[in-house]
Amino acid sequence: MIKVEKLSKYYGDVKAVKSIDFTVNDGEILGFLGANGAGKTTTLKVITGYLMPTSGNVYVNDMNIREHTHEIQKQIGYLAELNPLYNEMIVCDFLEFIAKIRGIEGVAFKKALIRVIDQCGLSGVVHRQIGACSKGYKQRIGLAVAMIHDPAILLLDEPVTGLDPNQIVEIRELIKELGKEKLVMISSHILQEIQATVDRIVIIHKGEIVADGTSQELMSGFVGNTRLTLEAHNVNDESIQTFAATHPAVSVVKTETLRGSHRILHLEYAKEKDPRTDIFKFAVDSGWVITEMSPHQIELENIFRSLTKEGDSNA
Amino acid sequence: MRNILAIYTKELKSYFNTPMAYIFLVIFAVVNGYFFTNTFFLFNQSNMRALFNIIPLVYLFFIPAVTMSLIAREKNVGTIEIVHTMPIKDGEFITGKFLAAFTLILVGLGITLIHFITLMSVGMNIDYGAVLTGYLGLAMVGAVYTSVGTFSSSITDNQVVAFIIGLFIVLMFFLMDKMLIFVPASMAGIIQYLSVDYHFSNISRGVIDSRNLIYFASVIGFFLLMTARMLEVRKWR
Repeated sequence: MIKVEKLSKYYGDVKAVKSIDFTVNDGEILGFLGANGAGKTTTLKVITGYLMPTSGNVYVNDMNIREHTHEIQKQIGYLAELNPLYNEMIVCDFLEFIAKIRGIEGVAFKKALIRVIDQCGLSGVVHRQIGACSKGYKQRIGLAVAMIHDPAILLLDEPVTGLDPNQIVEIRELIKELGKEKLVMISSHILQEIQATVDRIVIIHKGEIVADGTSQELMSGFVGNTRLTLEAHNVNDESIQTFAATHPAVSVVKTETLRGSHRILHLEYAKEKDPRTDIFKFAVDSGWVITEMSPHQIELENIFRSLTKEGDSNA
Repeated sequence: MRNILAIYTKELKSYFNTPMAYIFLVIFAVVNGYFFTNTFFLFNQSNMRALFNIIPLVYLFFIPAVTMSLIAREKNVGTIEIVHTMPIKDGEFITGKFLAAFTLILVGLGITLIHFITLMSVGMNIDYGAVLTGYLGLAMVGAVYTSVGTFSSSITDNQVVAFIIGLFIVLMFFLMDKMLIFVPASMAGIIQYLSVDYHFSNISRGVIDSRNLIYFASVIGFFLLMTARMLEVRKWR
């Protein structure tokens, strides 16, 4: 379990993380979301013991990061954001080096090596120089480094950036599989990347936590407008004006003319007042022939964008 | 201990898996060989004084070059993050690095033993003790310079800057006792004691004095400790 308590980290005058609190439970996959520079990587670096907190505390399995840095590091596997690797080393030499420091040698190392090669799909590159591997393989080597000691906690800082769609799917599957028994924390600045994989989402913005919950919770708590696209024949300007006048709850955002009276209307309304039956009745009365009427689901993406935009104007 | 060994072997492998070590060893051997054999038959003396004079000078440039990448490169490429997020102490990391670079220097010194073989086959009345202590002194000076290089590599992420700072510091140590005429008499004793050359010449004359050994050990210890401080600062930055 990871417990972050009133954690702050300042780089000189720059306040990268401002007194944040959250917990991650065992067996949970947490998505740690935020725009670039929001403080994700800094938070992860503090949890891994790479940086010391300015104030506040991090507890990993009830151990304090300030006092038990090495004990905590033994339990954590970490994939750094830029995935730095020793390019001049051979893949298996590199993994052996990591394993040695992790205290895995001899037969145990061979077993661990076989396991990570299998899990990360590295069989093609074991004897290749790291510098000669493709970006996708390098990312997997980074994952293998994080997993060689079979840690209870995996911290992955933007694990799928720069990978092609097939590789992203593979890594997602792997993370899901690992998340069954481990605590996994994935950071990302792209919501779709992790939405399908994670159990819970924490959104950080400008060093502060702005949302914490499952994707359902986040969506249900969101107050905003729903958009509706209405495509219909036999629509003229006059009837649009009448519609706008008789339906004050619905605002006409934009109209497009396809051909003559064949038009597309973009409408917006408050989420809790669904006006679709009214719209249908109005269309029948004024002779509109509806060919499409589709509301847009509130997507997490919108929530993320609205949450991480708000602060920009204040700053 | 296990961690030191892991860092040590990794570092040595990266020296010898790249052209780095070979270029260093060949040029080190050629430069020293040239300056030694150039005057060896001219002087017609059965000693290795000429070699022991030239190697500390060659060290000045070669050791900072060998050590400049030790930590600066890890900082630059970011691999230091891998190391510092694993359960390994800064001291172990630094010691492993230092020993690896020092080993490369020792291998370089080992190659110059070929001149000793030449001396044995052509010379007479060779003072084996002086040769032995001379090599011991050279190893000590090499270790001091390596520790300086390790330190200068830890204060920057730019290898060129690390090289220049390293060169500057070792040059200071080298020149100290050559500048004695410029310092007030009251300071001269201290400056002389701080100079590497003073202690080296004592040892290479065949006298192993504990004062000299303590000097070398404490300078090495000082710079390695400073390196550890530099690495620790990062965490609190």
